[in-house]
Amino acid sequence: MTTSSNLNSLLSSGFRKRKLINIFFIFCIGLAAGVALLALFYVFGYVLSQGFPSLNWAFFTQIPRPVGETGGGMGNALAGTAILILLSTGVGVPWGIFTGVYLSEYGRGKLGRLVRFSTDLLTSVPSIIMGLFVYVLLVIPMRRFSAIAGALALAFIMVPIVARTTEELLRLVPVHIREAGLALGLPRWKVILWIVLRGSLGGITTGIMLAVARVAGETAPLLFTALGNNYWHQSLDQPISSLPVQIYNYAISPFEDLHRQAWAGALVLILFVFAINITTRLVLRPAPTAGRD
Amino acid sequence: MNFEWTSDTKIDLNTWAHPVVEKKSEPIAVPARRQKEVHHADRLFLWFLRGMGISVVILLALIAAYLFLSALPSIRQFGFTFLTTSVWDPVKDVYGALPVIFGTVVSSLLGIALATPVSLGIALFLNELAPRRLASIVGFLVEMLAAIPSVVYGLWGIFVLAPWLQSTVEPLIGNNLGFIPLFEGPYYGVGMFAAGIILAIMVTPTISSICREVFRAIPRSQREATLALGGTRWEMMNMSVLKSSRAGIVSAVILGLGRALGETMAVTMVIGNRSEIVASLFAPSQTMSSVIANQYAEATSDVLRSSLAEIGLALFAVTLVINGFARFFIWRVTKPKGSR
Amino acid sequence: MNEPRDLLTVENLNAWFGQTQALKAISLSVKPNTVTALIGPSGCGKSTFVRCLNRLHEEVPGATAKGNVVLEGMDIYGPGVDPVMIRRKIGMVFQKANPFPALSIFDNVAAGLRLAGVRRRTILKEIVERSLMHAALWDEVKDKLSHPGTSLSGGQQQRLCIARALAVQPPVLLMDEPTSALDPISTAKIEELITELKKETTIVIVTHNLQQAARISDKTAFFLMGEVVEFGETSVLFTVPKEKRTERYITGKFG
Repeated sequence: MTTSSNLNSLLSSGFRKRKLINIFFIFCIGLAAGVALLALFYVFGYVLSQGFPSLNWAFFTQIPRPVGETGGGMGNALAGTAILILLSTGVGVPWGIFTGVYLSEYGRGKLGRLVRFSTDLLTSVPSIIMGLFVYVLLVIPMRRFSAIAGALALAFIMVPIVARTTEELLRLVPVHIREAGLALGLPRWKVILWIVLRGSLGGITTGIMLAVARVAGETAPLLFTALGNNYWHQSLDQPISSLPVQIYNYAISPFEDLHRQAWAGALVLILFVFAINITTRLVLRPAPTAGRD
Repeated sequence: MNFEWTSDTKIDLNTWAHPVVEKKSEPIAVPARRQKEVHHADRLFLWFLRGMGISVVILLALIAAYLFLSALPSIRQFGFTFLTTSVWDPVKDVYGALPVIFGTVVSSLLGIALATPVSLGIALFLNELAPRRLASIVGFLVEMLAAIPSVVYGLWGIFVLAPWLQSTVEPLIGNNLGFIPLFEGPYYGVGMFAAGIILAIMVTPTISSICREVFRAIPRSQREATLALGGTRWEMMNMSVLKSSRAGIVSAVILGLGRALGETMAVTMVIGNRSEIVASLFAPSQTMSSVIANQYAEATSDVLRSSLAEIGLALFAVTLVINGFARFFIWRVTKPKGSR
Repeated sequence: MNEPRDLLTVENLNAWFGQTQALKAISLSVKPNTVTALIGPSGCGKSTFVRCLNRLHEEVPGATAKGNVVLEGMDIYGPGVDPVMIRRKIGMVFQKANPFPALSIFDNVAAGLRLAGVRRRTILKEIVERSLMHAALWDEVKDKLSHPGTSLSGGQQQRLCIARALAVQPPVLLMDEPTSALDPISTAKIEELITELKKETTIVIVTHNLQQAARISDKTAFFLMGEVVEFGETSVLFTVPKEKRTERYITGKFG
């Protein structure tokens, strides 16, 4: 029979060992966090150190030189990304918002569940598959690579992200607010648009900005839709250059000078994405995470 | 402040106040004519919204359909053996997807194997250990890891990671453990190992953020129960948090796997792009997404293009299934627990 | 007169949540093998006080406590004292039963023992059975020890938590409103239990149920706004309280 004093000695004997184990695991846990931060700072720091020296006026305003020559810039790629973002937001954002509105206001039945399920699945489609899809959908019939195709692929990636953010935000608006609007005699659609949606604009803007940040860095879907272009864009149904694709092409090229420019481009891209993320965190009300997962 | 501390009090770091309109007005009677108009507009709006929703479903279906149609010639020609053969012959126009399947599976598994312990550590650090201010800063920084575009990771991988692996890490491992087939072979720097490491970095924020949600769903009283029994901090984390989160952690890892499978650019840039099934982690390889990225745009033969589309179809199906599965699990685990 | 020495002595205990002071200069003492009840309106600090006794209070971010709490001759707030060690000596049962969901009934009770490093199956079985008996739960669960801890009813889960706390044989057992979430029958069972348990350990129980305090405790402390207004023999406090405020509370004038 285990007496009280036996038990006491049993229980206090291993105490130092437990404290050591405690310290060990806490150290490991801290180490894990440290490793993650190290990776972040290392990558960012390297891009910064390699890319910063190459950021000059030429970089932003010139187009690539012919193969083999040094110099030139990524001006067309920057412009191209801007155009693609504009086009894809123009399509993807309204589509996404209204889908989100549907899900939050009317999405309770069978159709709602199907739509929500599809939206969720859509977020997990690999971006290269999206590019493949638009290639078959648009590039083949059009018989050319084009900015439109690229923008469409990006828009398809945006839609589920924006839809999810919008739904989550609208869900947070309490029922009382909707009821207040209805009680004033407003039709349901006005209540939704002018009251509910307008009240969540801050969060929705955040969601859009984060989707833009995501899409700005996408390379794979543009590889066979917008393709790439070494000149300033002429029209939207022609291939167009974009920052990530250009970085990719330069990175795998054998030319030192192009590598240097790739770093610069990467720096611009990272700064853009970080700026959006930091701004949305600090300035606007944070939206629920509707990021890459 | 009259603060009564009970075991039920939860400190939810994420609550943000939302304005509530306490308006108790009676519905105003609307004149009959306006009411009908109102209904009409509402009905239109509803159908419009429904259309938007349906269009998303249609989009998903279209993607599946187009992929399938593009892959059809290859499916017809090679049948099931497409997934099991290793040939890739552009001259004879005969293709088999086994090497890229192998490459995808191994690189992704390696990625999540490396990422999971780190992600768990991060989640525990942020939720259980760090003071609130530090946790929000570090948490933000970890999420910034997820924001870095894939192509930037690839760039860093080509010019920083791969050379370092080639000159330092791989020889170090190879000289000591080279007798294991996993670690033999010439050191290229680029290859499966590099891809695994980069995938691990990219997937860590996903796994850790889901783990954090799962951990947050565990009520405070569970943690206090272990502390009250005289447990150390680590023992509390182990007994109250980790032991109860097994299902959630598994789903987080599966979701990470889903992301790793679909990852394209960074992997393409560091995996070496050689289609061979070799045991060594240091050998170059190819993944399903990297082979499509590399070969699709310049594919001249229809058979090749169709084969690549079939690979795309397989990738699409697998990522969908894995992500759907993981998401369902996560939903199960993080919904508020009713009285048990 | 052979009065047993005080088991637990609290001297000048103060506690804060950030800047707000929740406990003001609390002093009281607990004799061994007694039941001490803490009563008072909600928000008065009784739960905070009890959580200071096992140093769980300081686990809340921003919460601090200062004072002397002497148990078996040692000040648990003394310099260099590890809270983890304290909590083995001062067990706690919470308001809402919190058995570990991932563990079986047996493993729940054995949790504290296993944490402390007791591995021998025979010892564990012996102690688990004894603790479950002391918690008046053994007969109900002896055939289903491997079932999950959460498969029991609310009252049973709470008794499971009591068994879990008893397994490490703490000299002091704290109970923070243990029956407030339970039905009258379970409550009665646990009150019966407490009266038996004081033979094995010393109990400090927080309760907002005055009748409960009157029924089971030997001494009662009346808390109000972070202070102890009155502390004395239960029978005395409830019939001829010294303080006006005590009387008003007991007769239901407020709280």
